[in-house]
Order: sequence, then structure tokens, then C-alpha cells
Amino acid sequence: MLMSKRLRRSMLFVPGNNPALIIDAAVFSPDSIILDLEDAVAVDQKDAARELVVRALQTLDFGNCELCVRINGRHTPFFADDIRALVPARPHVLRLAMVESPEDIIYTDQFIDHCEREAGLPSGSVKLMASIETARGVTNAAKIAVSSPRLIAISFGAEDFTHSIQSERTAQGQELLFARSAVVLAARAAGIDPIDTVYSNIDDEPGFRADVKAAKQLGFAGKSCVHPRQVAIVHDVYRPTSDEVYKAERVLAAYADALQKGTGVISVDGRMVDGPIVAKAQRIVDIARAAGSGRGVQV
Amino acid sequence: MTTNAIGRSVPLFVQNLGNFKPYAGVFATTPTGNHHATPIRRSPSTGNKLLPSIRESILASGLKSGMTISFHHSFRNGDMLVNMVVNEIASLGIRDITLAPSSLQSVHSALLPHIRSGVISAITTSGLRGELAEVLTRELPLKSPVVIRSHGGRARAIESGELRIDVAFLGASAADVYGNMNGVHGSTAFGSLGYAMVDAQYANCVVAVTDNLVPYPAIPISIPQTQVDYVVRVDKIGDPAGIMTGATRLTRDPLELFIAAQATRVIEASGYFNEGFSFQAGTGGASLAVAKFLKERMAETGLRGGFCTGGSTGYVCEMLHEGYFSAILDTQCFDLAAVESLRTHPRHVEMSASFYANPHSKACTAHITDIMMLGATEIDTAYNVNVLTGSDGIMMGASGGHSDTAAGTKLRLVTAPLIRGRFPIVVDKVHTVITPGECIDVLVTERGIAVNPLQKALAERLKQAGIETVTIEELQWRAEKLTGRPEPLPQSEDIVALVEYRDGTLIDVVRRVI
Repeated sequence: MLMSKRLRRSMLFVPGNNPALIIDAAVFSPDSIILDLEDAVAVDQKDAARELVVRALQTLDFGNCELCVRINGRHTPFFADDIRALVPARPHVLRLAMVESPEDIIYTDQFIDHCEREAGLPSGSVKLMASIETARGVTNAAKIAVSSPRLIAISFGAEDFTHSIQSERTAQGQELLFARSAVVLAARAAGIDPIDTVYSNIDDEPGFRADVKAAKQLGFAGKSCVHPRQVAIVHDVYRPTSDEVYKAERVLAAYADALQKGTGVISVDGRMVDGPIVAKAQRIVDIARAAGSGRGVQV
Repeated sequence: MTTNAIGRSVPLFVQNLGNFKPYAGVFATTPTGNHHATPIRRSPSTGNKLLPSIRESILASGLKSGMTISFHHSFRNGDMLVNMVVNEIASLGIRDITLAPSSLQSVHSALLPHIRSGVISAITTSGLRGELAEVLTRELPLKSPVVIRSHGGRARAIESGELRIDVAFLGASAADVYGNMNGVHGSTAFGSLGYAMVDAQYANCVVAVTDNLVPYPAIPISIPQTQVDYVVRVDKIGDPAGIMTGATRLTRDPLELFIAAQATRVIEASGYFNEGFSFQAGTGGASLAVAKFLKERMAETGLRGGFCTGGSTGYVCEMLHEGYFSAILDTQCFDLAAVESLRTHPRHVEMSASFYANPHSKACTAHITDIMMLGATEIDTAYNVNVLTGSDGIMMGASGGHSDTAAGTKLRLVTAPLIRGRFPIVVDKVHTVITPGECIDVLVTERGIAVNPLQKALAERLKQAGIETVTIEELQWRAEKLTGRPEPLPQSEDIVALVEYRDGTLIDVVRRVI
């Protein structure tokens, strides 16, 4: 059987200065939790929030959620302190805000490496995610995506991006189409996950659902969420149909059978099955398993 | 002191209150005796019962020191009548009164001077809140402990004569000069008079108090002229906005919505979510969200419910109006939309507290309901539930219909956040038992679902539906991992309240918090 890749359908932002929200974040079963030290935290609260996030990483049980911390950008006075404090606490991923060039990632990678050595951790223990939020970042997306082996994903941030191209965000999202696609292409080409931007209007569930569907169609692996209520909607949109699951399971069964028998050629229902089809089938089954067997109730 | 059937130490005799029996089991007490009867009296020959003031009605009623007065609590925190009447009683020099309202709210903290001065010397009610509750839990200003009764238990006690009401002052938003009254017309309409119906039928003297005197007859007649001695018109009896106290709107809290979603899954898998099912929704945010989710499922499947019972909220009324349920039997309206529904919808009708929950009546809806949602301030590993005292031991809630409905409903779900105010809600032993554990089927929290081990069939049905459950001890551990283990509360041996189970036996006591 192929190695299952971690799902990142939903990445739930949680303000790094709110203990109650941090404690409850895993309840909603997002694939990833992003403890935010950047936009959600006022400048005069950065130190306290950093300390709180470190303690949370050291003491709380977040279940199966991937733990990310969004740290402050490379050119802010908080960047180095964030990394120094966080690496020993071993989050799975650091999400770097406002990445505009491969140098941003390379520099961060090296600094994390230094902090890992100081903490006695193996190099590469802490992964990286790049947030692309500007015209320059989008232009460099392909280079950014391959700039470090630590990178597991790149995410797109629409709010700052529209500001950088001197446009306004619209419901139709035409102004974002090229940038979103550029991020998807860059990430997919590099073999990492593209994560779509947040949808800020938490009361507009139909609008959010449509936006998630569009993101999925564009090729995004998942979506950043700003509210727990959004998590279930994302999972619902990404949930495969029972027909898709049935077909995927048949492909995987045929693949396993072929491996056992040492058969070179595999076919299901008269169609040739190759590596990419097997990988896709595995992904469908993984997502179906993650979605659970019970009928989810939308919250 | 003796130990009752759930291991709680309760007194057998209390000075000024008399003898008590310990709780022996949910249906262990067989009713005996006859209904209490009121004196036969004739109205004035003119038939005009209208008196010019509260003071005149107190004098006409023959109220004397040492007697018992009652009120309904339909105005909840908008109530003006209790304070108004007790002020007049005090000014007349009457003392040593037993106050027996169906419930007390924060607004009644204004009674404290009358308690300290001895005008009120005893209280029996369903719940207490605010400063009044705090003083009564920390001090001993009354001559005897407060007696806490459930809604059904109060109705039972009144009918049996255990609780004898000398004068009932019953607020009405509309009344005529002969005493016919309702709560659905007028500027202070509050809805159902369900609690008051029992008082009206069994009190020795009944005074209707209204700020809206209407031409005869005051239709609909919720309480009839045949039960009313006097009518008083005042400027205002209450603030309708006050009946909105508490959560009666759909929650937007993601945690409550998550709990509600889990509860909905449990209900769907329980085997009781069938055509014609009856339902008590409750009023908390999560409970109303469950109603919303059930409505969505009903819309998808075409399944339709039977009656809704208990109190009513606008959301449940909408479900009636849209055909999802066939009727609402209503003891208390929790918001103004529910008041409007009661006033206008032919299948939204009032029922008395006895009809709703009296364990010793010939039938009550609490015994024929399929599914209900319950809250909890605490629940222990034996599934006993507390809804009266907070984590600090102070009284802050009400017994209400909790134990009544839990006794007879087929599926009893407690929904609660596992951690509230940095305290775990699952504890070794609840501070105060209101509802015994054998009456609770399942606890739904955001961090897991626990099924009472007594409910093996339900546990199996949930398992079949793919719903993961854990033991309640596991939930306790999960909570304490985050909160730590709470220190035991320092409390004295002094008993500040007796908690009667619905059948009149003592299920627990509340001790003075030091």
C-alpha cells in the first residue's frame, strides 16, 4: 500500500493570545491548527502570546491535528524571537507570513536549523509553510516552492495580495484567479500542498461553501479557516462521493493484488491503472476515512 | 440524618418544617390521601371583586402573620409583583410569612431587607438566583432552610395539601372584574399561566393582579372567575422584556453548535427519532441548535413530530407553524415570539404545571415524552445532575422541570461543555443532586459522548451508527487534564436548603458555604 500523505483540507487559525480558543481548537477536528502570532496579536502582546503558544505546545493534547504556528515575517522585530522560542517546543510546522522570495525561506530554514541544533533536535524536525500574500510573492511562487526541503505547503493570502495589486476583493474573485492558480501550480509542481486563502465573512455560509468548491476545483489541497464553523463545511466539500470511494477502493485492491502476484499491468473495468491513478485513489480513500463513517452534521 | 438511596445524607426532621422521608427511588413513593380542598366561599352579591389596591386585597384576603403566599414566575426577571406585594405586607406590619413562588429571580434580591427584618421567614420555591441566592447560601437569615421543589413536585405538594397556600397573588396581563384572566393579551403579555393554574385551583384565596382590565369576559380564559376571590388593577405588573432572560435564541457559539451536532447524531441513532416523536427542546443555546438540526433532518426525510412540551421558544413555535410538530403543550413562554404563538395558534395551548410534570397525577406529559434535552451545571460519574448550585456551591439556578421530565422521558440527553469557567463539569460527586443518575441516558460534550452503563441498548445503537462513546470517567479525566482537580468546597454543617425530589422525599441538601 502507498504511504498516506497528511491531509490539509482545513487549517484553522486560532489567535495565539486566547487560551480558551487554543484549548478548544482541536474539538472541531481541523486537519491543522494554526496558532497565530502575527495578525491576530497586537504588537504589545507579542511576547505574552508567544509564551502562551509555547506553553500550549508543551502541555496540551491536540489529538491528531497538525500543529502550525504562524510566526511574524522575516523583516519584523519578532521573527527571530518567535523561532528561538518555538523550535524547542516542536510544532510540526512554522508558517512564515509575507514570503516574497526564495531568500526569505532559505534564511528562515537556516535559522530554524540553528535553533534545532541548539535544542538538540534533528535537522528538519520543524517543517515550514510559506504564506504568499503579495504580487512579488506570487511572481516568485515557483521558486519559493522549491527553496527548502522543509517546505510542506504554500498558502495564499488574498487580503494583502489584493492590496498589493491595488485591487479590491470581490465575491466573484476574478482578481484572485491568476494568483490562486499560480500558487497551486507552484506547489503541485514542487510536490507540496497549496492552501487557499481565508474567507472572512463567517456568517456567509453559502458564499464560503462556494469559495471552497472553487478552491477545490482549482487544485488547492485545503483552505485556511478563520472560524471553527468553517471546518466542517470544508470537510464536507472535500468529502468524496460514495461512488468515488467505491472506485478508488477497487483500484487500490487491484493494485495490491498486482503487487502480490508480481503482475506488471493492472486494469480495472477495462481501464489501465498507472501510478498517478493509484495515488489519486489512495488520496480519495484517505479523505473518506478522515471524513468518518458517520453522517456529519453541518455546524 | 440518614443516608438516602443515592448515598446522600439528609435529615428526617427539620425544625419548623417537620418530618421528611429520604429519597428511595424514582417511582418508589406511592401517592396516598386526597386532594387538598379549598374553603367554599361565595363572591360578593354584586359579583364585583375589583379592589382599588394591593393593600386592600391583602386586607380583604385575611392574610395574617405566619401565613403562606404564592406567585407565578412567568415574568422571570421582569417580575414586579412579588416585590410590590411583599412591600405592602411589610408596611401592614405582617410578619413571619412563608414565600412560595414557583421560582425566584435576581430581581427579587429586593426582598432581602424583608428577609432580614423577619417579614419573610421561610421560602419554598424551585430556584434562586443573584444576590438573594448568595445571601441565602452564605447566611442563615430564615427560620428554616429553603425548600427546593421541582415544577411537578410543587404542583404535587400543592394538590396534596403538603404546601398550603393562604393567598395566591397571580399576575395577569389581561383580566376582567370577575377574575377571568390570561397572559396573552395586553402590553405586558407573558404567555402561559401554567404555573399559576395550580395555585389558582388550590389556594385558599386568589387575588388576580393586572395592569390591563378588559371588558368581560377576558378571553381566552386561562384561569376562570370561579377560582378568583379578588381583582386588583395596578399600573404595571412586569416587564415583558424580562421574560427573555436566558438563552432563547439560536446560538452562534461554535462549541455549542458542535455539541448540538453531536447530540443530533445521538438522537438520530437512538431509535426514538421516529414519525410522531414528542420532544422537549429546552432553552439553552445548544438545545435550540439541536432543534434546528432536527428540523433540517425532518425537512430532508419528511419525518414529522408529534407534540412539543415544557416551555416554548419562538424557534420551536416556528416548527409548529411550519408543520414539523403537531402541537405545543406549554407551561411557560420563554420569549415574546412564543407568547404571540400561544395567542394566535390553535394548536399551541397552555397546560398547568400539574398536567406537565406532577408525578402523582393521573398522567403528565413528562411521562409520555420521547426525547428531551437537559442542561447541567455539574454531572458526576454516577450521572447524578446538578442544576441548582454552581461550582462555588452558591445557589444560582433552579430545579425546574429537570427531574420531572428526566423521570419519564424515553431519551434523556444532557448537553454541556466539558469545561465551564475553568471547572470540569464531570466530577466525582455533584455538589447538589437534582436529578438522580438513573434518569440520565447520555452526556454529550464537545470532547466526547458518554452513555450511562444502565442503557446498554442505547450504547449498542450508537455503536451501530458509528458514534464513538467513552466512559464518563474518561470524560472526567479529559477535563481534569486541562483544569486540574477541583479542591473540595469548604462548607459548614448548616443546611441552607432542602432539595425535595418530585415525590416529596429528600434527595439532597445544600449546605452553607463558608
